[in-house]
Amino acid sequence: MTIQLTHFSAAFVFALFASIVFGITHRETTRDMLRYGVYCFAMFLGGALVAGWAMWLVRR
Amino acid sequence: MANQTTAKTKVAEPAQPVSMMSVIAPAVGWLIPGAGHIIQKRWIRGALLLVSIGTLFVLGLLMQGHIYKANGGDILDILGFIGDLGAGGMYIVTLAVNGGQGAIAFAIADYGTKFMIVAGLLNFIAVADAYHIAIGKKQ
Repeated sequence: MTIQLTHFSAAFVFALFASIVFGITHRETTRDMLRYGVYCFAMFLGGALVAGWAMWLVRR
Repeated sequence: MANQTTAKTKVAEPAQPVSMMSVIAPAVGWLIPGAGHIIQKRWIRGALLLVSIGTLFVLGLLMQGHIYKANGGDILDILGFIGDLGAGGMYIVTLAVNGGQGAIAFAIADYGTKFMIVAGLLNFIAVADAYHIAIGKKQ
């Protein structure tokens, strides 16, 4: 069995699970864990989107 | 003179007591991601770690990612092996069933390879977290 993810869905899945682990391991309280996890997710996915658009601009 | 010597003397921090849990939790957490938290009654955190790290590793396999072995060859292979090794039991089982033998012939397989390496590295962080909980450094 194999699976074919698109580039975006691969980035999304990676960002989601890495953010969960970062949130749990890097903060003390539940609230801080949640906030840091959301922050990491936004940075992972936002960074990928910004880098993608930057490469699109460079290519033009 | 005596006062200067006394002032410069640092107060030694009390040594962390080595409990059985501080040895068992990291070991179990390495073998099964999240188990180091679960045996310390951090049920939700342990379950989330298990699902997150486990899913990343399995997705990497399903994307035909490559598993590195301890062959001592190229430096990048060695680094990949260290990352993969962090996945603990999942890495051992994958090697045992001869999985992860993809040739990284296309982009998604390369992503899969990175997924498995990152899963292992995230498990190293989870192991350190389980140890910190065991010694009382973290709640």
